[in-house]
Amino acid sequence: MTCSSVQVQPYLLEALEEKFTLHKLDTTTEPDKAARFLRSHRDSIRAVVGTAFVGADAELIDQLPNLEIVSSYSVGVDKIDLAKCKEKGIRVTNCPDVSTDDVADLALGLMLAVSRRLCPIDRYVRSGLWSKLGDYELTTKFSGKTVGIIGPGNIGMAIAKRAEAFGCPISYFSRSKKPACINYNYCPTVVDLAANCDILVVACALTPDTRHIINRDVIDALGPEGVLINIGRGPHVDEAELVSALLEGRLGGAGLDVFQDEPNVPEELFKLDNVVLMPHVGSATVEARKAMADLVVGNLEAHFLNKPLLTPVV
Amino acid sequence: MESISVLMTCPPVHPYLVEALEKRFTLHKLDSVPDKPQFLSSHRDSIRAVVGNAAAGADAELIDQLPKLEIVSSYSVGLDKIDLAKCKEKGIRVTNTPDVLTDDVADLALGLMLAVLRRLCESDRYVRSGLWKKGDYKLTTKFSGKTVGIIGLGRIGMAIAQRAEAFSCPISYFSRSQKPGINYKYHPSVVDLAANCDILVVACALTPETRHIINREVIDALGPKGVLINIGRGPHVDEAELVSALVEGRLGGAGLDVFQDEPNVPEELFKLENVVLLPHVGSGTVETRQAMADLVVGNLEAHFLNKPLLTPVV
Repeated sequence: MTCSSVQVQPYLLEALEEKFTLHKLDTTTEPDKAARFLRSHRDSIRAVVGTAFVGADAELIDQLPNLEIVSSYSVGVDKIDLAKCKEKGIRVTNCPDVSTDDVADLALGLMLAVSRRLCPIDRYVRSGLWSKLGDYELTTKFSGKTVGIIGPGNIGMAIAKRAEAFGCPISYFSRSKKPACINYNYCPTVVDLAANCDILVVACALTPDTRHIINRDVIDALGPEGVLINIGRGPHVDEAELVSALLEGRLGGAGLDVFQDEPNVPEELFKLDNVVLMPHVGSATVEARKAMADLVVGNLEAHFLNKPLLTPVV
Repeated sequence: MESISVLMTCPPVHPYLVEALEKRFTLHKLDSVPDKPQFLSSHRDSIRAVVGNAAAGADAELIDQLPKLEIVSSYSVGLDKIDLAKCKEKGIRVTNTPDVLTDDVADLALGLMLAVLRRLCESDRYVRSGLWKKGDYKLTTKFSGKTVGIIGLGRIGMAIAQRAEAFSCPISYFSRSQKPGINYKYHPSVVDLAANCDILVVACALTPETRHIINREVIDALGPKGVLINIGRGPHVDEAELVSALVEGRLGGAGLDVFQDEPNVPEELFKLENVVLLPHVGSGTVETRQAMADLVVGNLEAHFLNKPLLTPVV
């Protein structure tokens, strides 16, 4: 296991320890200890369990000649060198579907929280200001706002379905038009989408092509009344551009669950009332994490029993 | 119509409404009058209309002091601050602001549900205080698929149900009688509804019958995993019972937009991470308050021009 075990729930750790000899390797905070460990165990490790934060990069894969499978406790596989795995015949599995609802719920929660200023307003009440200063200022209606989705995959479609119930017209950007999105408005570029929606949601996978898909041009097109919602990956967004746009009022607001360099969040955002900041909790419910853990263990078991993998990526 | 005297009994918080009224009528703001009884007795024969809201309307005492009162136009949909029986008896017309605020209130109900279950405000505080650097926030509870129980299936209740359905939430309801042609599960009592849902929403009008409709028995039935959402009126809930249930862990959580004695909120709730507290902002968006103001003014104009009222109640 390459991620910090603090990040992983006891349920998963116990399940893995029950079935395998589990080695917990924190490659991020204890790199020297990790390096020594890898040298001494290089021949025995046959599987790696990673997360959204740390997976299996080329360097790690090279140090584990008997590695057969990487099972990621996440749906995103951007922390795994897929090309190298393919080349070496290493199987890769992830956890699609079981957290789709939770991530979509969070996207809607962020849209509502930003539009209606739920977090600053809750703070306002708790600090006793309602009785001292009177009513909070008016906010913006959410229902009926146009929602633009980058990446109408499982998560994007789940977000669209929810937003439709609030009377939100849906637009989307994708590499090509999708038949399932026949009722949604296709935009051929992200800038076009941003210019034609009120709330722009990043819901696509992180690949070399989608890095900084939200750049200065897109932020300008979204504009001073526009809201950005990022439930994808931090690197989808040019974070420096985003921060200055928010500080200067060139972007209306943002709901962010992911950041360039988690767990570090740009502190200039902390004083803004038009942003909501979440610590990468898209799939962080008891229900989703249990289902994800079951998939991680189930995929490993299937592999070592020579059965078909449950949710293979490679 | 500039000579027609209109008395605003609620605090004049919305400049748009105040300006629209001052443009058309002689507007008196009761809130800023130092000697209210003296003012009422010297103006008793000139005041022909009252504008109220959720905080203050026209009770029996006021109506008795205004013998020339012809119409009460409320800047709210709720009518609990108006003595409707007395108005009927004296032939005084009453109007409110239905429909235009339905979406905003329903949006807020969903926002509260998501914010409580996924701890949105707490997580945002967690990030802003730098705690994410020390470790991940704990797991929360999935919202999608939870059973939502609605008390009062009127315009707002139906709008909440429609939104919650998009999150695959089964819908149950309590109402004075079962509604024909509705696919939701009817429960003949509030306790029964509370025992059979995960999230209980108060969406009915406040009348003498619905005062404390959420009492100890209902709270017990909802239980330590249940969540109460109140977007109705403070007096719908036995607030003392609610507070002790939350403090003692007998109720799982609450999202509250209204309170017994606004703007005063029980301070024991301020330290709880399973509650979200809002200062009566259900209809508090720029778009909706403008539409509400237009209805208030429109109804008064219609009345004084002998045209049909736009949204009469009495």
